[in-house]
Amino acid sequence: MKILVIEDEKDLRETLVESLLKELYVVETAGDFKSALEKISIYDYDCILLDIMLPDGNGLNLLARLKELGKSGNVIIISAKDSLEDKVSGLALGADDYLTKPFHIAELNARIKAVIRRNNLNGKNSIEIGNLILDIDERTLLIAGETLYLNRKEFDILSFFLLNKNRLITKTSLAEYVWGDQIDQADNFDFIYYQIKNLRKKLQESRADVSIESIYGVGYKLVEK
Amino acid sequence: MKLLNRSLIYLSVAFLFIIGIWAVIFYFNLKDEIRDSIDDGLDNNRLLILQKIGSDPHLLQQNRFGGNNFEIHPLSRQKALGFRDVYKDTLMYRLNEGDLEPVRILHTAFSHNDEYYRLKIISSLVEEDDLIEDSFWSVVWLFIILMFSVVVINNVVLRKVWNPFYEVLDRLKTYRLDKDDYPLDIATKTKEFRELQKASNALIMHARESYNSQKQFTENASHELQTPLAVITNKLELLLESDHLKEADAQSIAAILRTVGQLTKFNKSLLLLAKIENKQFDAPEQISINGLLRHILADFREFAEFRNIRISIKEAGNLSVDMDSVLAGLLISNLLKNAIVHNSDPGKINLGITDEELIICNSGNKNRLAPEKIFERFHKDTDKNQGTGLGLAICRSICDFYGIPLTYRFVENEHCFTVNFKKIISKV
Repeated sequence: MKILVIEDEKDLRETLVESLLKELYVVETAGDFKSALEKISIYDYDCILLDIMLPDGNGLNLLARLKELGKSGNVIIISAKDSLEDKVSGLALGADDYLTKPFHIAELNARIKAVIRRNNLNGKNSIEIGNLILDIDERTLLIAGETLYLNRKEFDILSFFLLNKNRLITKTSLAEYVWGDQIDQADNFDFIYYQIKNLRKKLQESRADVSIESIYGVGYKLVEK
Repeated sequence: MKLLNRSLIYLSVAFLFIIGIWAVIFYFNLKDEIRDSIDDGLDNNRLLILQKIGSDPHLLQQNRFGGNNFEIHPLSRQKALGFRDVYKDTLMYRLNEGDLEPVRILHTAFSHNDEYYRLKIISSLVEEDDLIEDSFWSVVWLFIILMFSVVVINNVVLRKVWNPFYEVLDRLKTYRLDKDDYPLDIATKTKEFRELQKASNALIMHARESYNSQKQFTENASHELQTPLAVITNKLELLLESDHLKEADAQSIAAILRTVGQLTKFNKSLLLLAKIENKQFDAPEQISINGLLRHILADFREFAEFRNIRISIKEAGNLSVDMDSVLAGLLISNLLKNAIVHNSDPGKINLGITDEELIICNSGNKNRLAPEKIFERFHKDTDKNQGTGLGLAICRSICDFYGIPLTYRFVENEHCFTVNFKKIISKV
């Protein structure tokens, strides 16, 4: 899988690259509009992370250029602007997702995988790890062929973990992914813990091949047994 | 005190002085003039009497005024030569008035056939007290008539003249920098008022520029903070994944990460407030408050259960409003979040929807909150929660944007927030 990161802020670009390398992607970068245009014209990427505010041009023009070239690109816009118009025009120009800065790494991972999976559909949209099969569209979970019932939030938590296998998920990023802005306060981390405990119990009882580990009390990590 | 009345006071005081002084001077002038003319008359009488005496010496026997207005007494030569004519005011009994009345008297001396005589001639004088009284009342009437005219002129003419001023004043009183974007334009030919209007417009323009740039600044500053916050967050998250981390270091990093998280939240809320105030959400659509409330409630359900909060909902009506969907969602979720976060354990939340109101009541702190403070930015009642202190400020900002009232009441140990949507109810 090859990913292009178009971001003018050097520190952020390097951080993104470091994280993406952990997911075993092949990563290339562009720091400005010109080099980005060059790269998208020559190469094909499985996913492009695009900052639309570049010093020498509007990232939205890159989207238009991609469309002209007939390349899908699987573009995720990352922008400091959280404006509806930008979102709408970005998505209208063929972007697949829109992520507002600042974001959590786990969130970005989940979005990249979702975009790649959605556009490389080989029949079904599901995640398979060990004896687990999580069907994203049907919202069902099979463990060793048996259906395990999960409520809405448990399903969201588990899919977030499966999309971030072996990666640290902080409590904050989990809360934001599953509950949005609603549960955002540090003293509500007990609530997250309580939710994870329930999910762990269900996974254990069904003899799933994965487990959710606690990391320094800061976050969690899903590992395959 | 109104301008009209103030000028009236100054004018009346000035009139009182001017007319008063004028009246005194006029009175004395008049009196002098009268005496002068009486004295001339007396002198003339003297000549006439002397002439008459030449033809009728009997008159020399007239030693009492009687019916005539003169009397004559013999005088020694010595005294007569030293005599000077004297005009004097004196009192004399008058039959018709039955009282002593002022008269003008001329003492003089003359000689007739080498005999010397003293002659007194009188003439009745204007009664001074009558003169004073008459002129006093004339002056009072003059004053009253003047003041009356001034009041009438003030009210009719000045009011008309000052009208543009009051118009400018009215417009300035109701001027809202965030709502009105037109300059004052009041038709007047008066130079001062045109200048006042020009100065007001310059001031408004300046104020609006500062207001806009301040609004813009908040938004720009918040935007510029997003990328650095992203760098910090992501670098720390990567650092936490490092294999060589000690437990204590990880805890420190996690603490920093939480703080950055708060900062991010805070920045987002500020940005949101700036955007609401900059009217960047303005795509009204028909929204069912009943449906939206139930939808948002579903997101909170587990969290409320975890906090032992029982939520009940009473839908007495169907409430459908014309509102931007993002703002409607923000309003309700912030109010609900507020009700959960500031609740007691165990606690309850009572939700009510009527045909025009959404009411959210929660148990919690047993004391009434200060309604004028809770909607302020950065207001926190306790330091136990780590919220941004902007939640209710955002709610109020949204309600202000639509001009709908958001009120707080403390009833039967419950904190109740009520939004009255009457103004933006969908007309279908």
